Amino acid sequence: MTNFDMQTGDVLLEARHVKKVYDKDGKRARGTNPPVVLDDINLRIYAGEFVALLGPSGSGKSTLLRLLAGLLRPTEGEILFKDVPQYGTNPHLSIVFQSFALFPWLTVLQNVELGLAAQEVPPTQRMRRSLAAIDTIGLDGFEDAYPKELSGGMRQRVGFARALVVEPELLFMDEPFSALDVLTAANLRKELLGLWRERKMPTRAIVMVTHNIDDAVLMADRIVVLGANPGQIRVEIAGLPLHQRESTNENYTKTVDLIYRIMTSPHVDIPTLMPQEQPHPNKHAPAKPRPYQALPHVSIGDVTGLLELVHSKGDRDDLYQLGRDLQLEVDDLLPMVDAANILGFAETQEGDLVLTEIGKRFAEAGVLEEKEIFRLQALAHATMIRHIVRDLQHELSHTLPEEHFLSELQEHFSESEAWSQLETAINWGRYAELFSYQEERGVFRLEEPETANHGAA
Amino acid sequence: MAQIFIPENVQEREQLQGGSHSPNENRSPHSEPSQRRRLGLIDLVIALVVIALISLVVVAASRWTAPLTSSIKIDLAPTALPVYAGYSLLRMLLAYLLSLIFTLVYGHVAATSRRASVVMVPLLDILQSIPILSFLPGVVLALVAAFPHSNVGLELSSVILIFTSQAWNMTFSYYHSARSVPQDLQEFSTVARLRPWQHLFKLEIPASMIGLIWNSMMSWAGGWFFLMASEQFVLGSRSFQLPGLGSYLQAAANKGNASALVLGLATLIALIILLDFFFWRPLVAWADKFKLEMNSEGDAPSSPVLNIIRRSALIAAMTTRIFRPIGASIAFLLNRMQPLPGEAHLVAAHKGQSQHTSWFSLRRIVSSVFGLLVLVLLVFGLWYMVRLLGGVSLATWGQLVLAAGATLLRTLVALLIGVVWTVPVGVMIGTSPKWSKRLQPVVQVIASIPATALFPILLVALIDLPGGLSLAAILLMLLGTQWYILFNVIAGAMSIPSDLKEASTIYHVTRWRRWRTLILPAIFPYLVTGLLTASGGAWNASIVSEYVTFNNRTVSTQGLGAAIASAGAAGNFSVLLAGTLLMAFVVVLLNRVLWKRLYDLAERRYTLS
Ligand SMILES: Nc1ncnc2c1ncn2[C@@H]1O[C@H](COP(=O)(O)OP(=O)(O)O)[C@@H](O)[C@H]1O
Ligand SMILES: [Mg+2]
Repeated sequence: MTNFDMQTGDVLLEARHVKKVYDKDGKRARGTNPPVVLDDINLRIYAGEFVALLGPSGSGKSTLLRLLAGLLRPTEGEILFKDVPQYGTNPHLSIVFQSFALFPWLTVLQNVELGLAAQEVPPTQRMRRSLAAIDTIGLDGFEDAYPKELSGGMRQRVGFARALVVEPELLFMDEPFSALDVLTAANLRKELLGLWRERKMPTRAIVMVTHNIDDAVLMADRIVVLGANPGQIRVEIAGLPLHQRESTNENYTKTVDLIYRIMTSPHVDIPTLMPQEQPHPNKHAPAKPRPYQALPHVSIGDVTGLLELVHSKGDRDDLYQLGRDLQLEVDDLLPMVDAANILGFAETQEGDLVLTEIGKRFAEAGVLEEKEIFRLQALAHATMIRHIVRDLQHELSHTLPEEHFLSELQEHFSESEAWSQLETAINWGRYAELFSYQEERGVFRLEEPETANHGAA
Repeated sequence: MAQIFIPENVQEREQLQGGSHSPNENRSPHSEPSQRRRLGLIDLVIALVVIALISLVVVAASRWTAPLTSSIKIDLAPTALPVYAGYSLLRMLLAYLLSLIFTLVYGHVAATSRRASVVMVPLLDILQSIPILSFLPGVVLALVAAFPHSNVGLELSSVILIFTSQAWNMTFSYYHSARSVPQDLQEFSTVARLRPWQHLFKLEIPASMIGLIWNSMMSWAGGWFFLMASEQFVLGSRSFQLPGLGSYLQAAANKGNASALVLGLATLIALIILLDFFFWRPLVAWADKFKLEMNSEGDAPSSPVLNIIRRSALIAAMTTRIFRPIGASIAFLLNRMQPLPGEAHLVAAHKGQSQHTSWFSLRRIVSSVFGLLVLVLLVFGLWYMVRLLGGVSLATWGQLVLAAGATLLRTLVALLIGVVWTVPVGVMIGTSPKWSKRLQPVVQVIASIPATALFPILLVALIDLPGGLSLAAILLMLLGTQWYILFNVIAGAMSIPSDLKEASTIYHVTRWRRWRTLILPAIFPYLVTGLLTASGGAWNASIVSEYVTFNNRTVSTQGLGAAIASAGAAGNFSVLLAGTLLMAFVVVLLNRVLWKRLYDLAERRYTLS
């Protein structure tokens, strides 16, 4: 990976035992702890390196990037820049955003110049440098266009030009290609890699957040895989040598497969997933037991679809293959697998999804039996569902306001996530005909068993 | 203002590019090729307008500095009208400038300082619900006492009264926009280390621009609404009258001079339309680029006046010769005042102090001085209030509460009537592109006519009906506030996605079901927003609706607005204060208990997204 003439190997940035807890409003009830977003993160960024932070959504990738950039302060631990503790935003870095973060009221040139606005560069020089950056990134002729007039790919080019014009030592990217269509993303990725490998930019290290495994394997020299709840580094994997980074290469497929397996088995110890011949990666602490079960936000219909597909393939299928068949990114597939796991319908084994006996019955069942099985499994395994039903049964009126459950959830999740959890619980509960929810009034009501039976009859 | 700091340096760039690039070859169509601009007729007109404005200021200044004449004789001759209109316009402009400054300072501080916002936001809520006439005695007495020998005090009072009818909604709008500047733009601003002033001028103000402009237009409408009340007022035994369009209209009504009344009204309407054409339309068209959403559909607003200004050589020359250098030197100065934190700050070993650059400490001093000032004012005000309120008997409180009940009934009926007619009409206009194109401008002009100017004419017709002013006041409130509802309903109807509309047509949904399942839910959030504004407006309008003077007689009816207005006129400050507090209390309570809840419900359940 070292075709750079720069000095490589120095530690540019380092995170030591970093923990992050968002506690913005302090509105939380006393005695409860806000959720831990990142826990005990140890990470080094070396000069000359392209690092990918990979993980399912909600695992705290963006948070980690902002901590490293100094936009956020760690709750515990510290960030060091060249061995010196870093306070405040690091001035030697720039960020490319998923949403582009362009100023709509400024033209392309003005947007790029804004990157230099803080430094007192004389106006003519500022313009010369901006035009050069625009040139490099292939935006010639669009200097006077407004971002609104550009396509997504062009907008992200402006984002890159604006980040590169300050000649940063560190370039951070937060899912830079996620908002682009596949071809545009591939094109831009290639050009960026060209600039980076041919040393056309003075940047000494790149850190990219992504949830796309292919992006990570294609681009990065080192891949850091994060897990969720709380966010922690599960494993660091060395990137492939440059010549192996193409989708036809055998090692490429192996690496993608491995990462796929790791990401789809969030609760399995890493060593059991590692192939024998692979050198042992930097192993981090095994996944900690989770403090409170988080329901994956999927509809039961999707889980049913997944299980039926696996059943049709003989009750066992490779997860990577499944993702391809369903045309789902790992980020979308994962919650379904997670749901199947939680409900006891399937298990992940060595990168395969394997149906349990109940899972097989579920996949074969008709609509009514399906509901019956689901109801039993949800009551047995989904904590939130069980709690809702239990609390409703304790009430004489068999009704409770949503606040009752929200406050329980808010002890474990951030406010918005608590809402999402409740919504998912409502969807599952409705499907199982365990309880109903009146949206207008925000009230839960227990479904009477008679009605449920009546429906089944 | 912000234009100075967002320079469009096309020419400068072309000079730069001259050698290396061929500038106009593959330009996007957006940029015009730079032509040498020549002075034209248009520049002459622009220069004339500037000269006219300057002479207006000079004329006004001579009146301002003249010996105090608290009450002048209004000349009802048509030839006097332009000067009166000029006076009123100038007062409105000054008041607006004041509102703008207030908005930027107050809104910025409230949005950026968590601690200050705890006090500032509720305070704004209360200020907003205080009717303009309640400010009158304090403002007038203090300012006239401060300038006993000239008209400055009197004129300033009028300006400040108009200010109290303009500032609050602008400030709220700015506060909300500044609070909701997109996170990623903020993060970029931090990473690029924009200085605080750059953050303000390049991000916060531009991001708030559109809301600010629309609210400015609303504020001007509010200012016109209270034009008469701000130019002519009675305080106990003293009565004050300033030369202006409002006084003219009032005098014409008092004398029963119908032709003067119509003429005055026509002048006012003409002034409003001209302002709309020459000021607001260009401003709205210019501000279109500040829209935050990237994929805006529909036509961008355009304005012929703006196009002319953009093409004017005079303006271009002034921009390069005067405004830009001034902007650059201000930027230079501000940069000196807010230096970038050096490398040392990044790696500062001490946790607590590391981030506080001189700006932070400057800010700290400013905010603590400000906080102290607020505290002193608060304590002083409270003490004074308690003393004044001591003089209000229990019986008077009882009467005031009853009066508040009467006004509440009136506002509710006015809102109800407003909803009944605006919902069908608004939905019709909003759902049909043809109608909205035709009717929008008409509706806007009609809505901008201040209802108070029509009161004298209406009263002649209404006062002898059964119920008298008691019922007429409802109509007057309605006239003042129905537009808020109508505009919101139109906006709501326009926001219904066309695919939903088509779906309900395809499935032959009956008309009633279509209303119930599609239209009403879709416009509900907008309707609530309109009702919230209209409700506050109706309470505020009650002071000019329940207590009116015309033909030299004063007519009033049972109501809180009347109680406040008559207490002010009689110089009974205890009752004035009591009534004001009661009104502020009721309005804030209604907002919190009724409208906010409805609004939250609307946001949660009925937003189409
Ligand atoms: N500003 C914030 N306040 C509270 N919680 C937040 C905030 N930003 C992110 N979170 C929470 O932190 C977790 C991680 O978020 P994020 O870093 O955006 O993950 P990722 O980028 O991996 O999707 C999520 O559960 C999210 O709800
Ligand atoms: Mg993210």
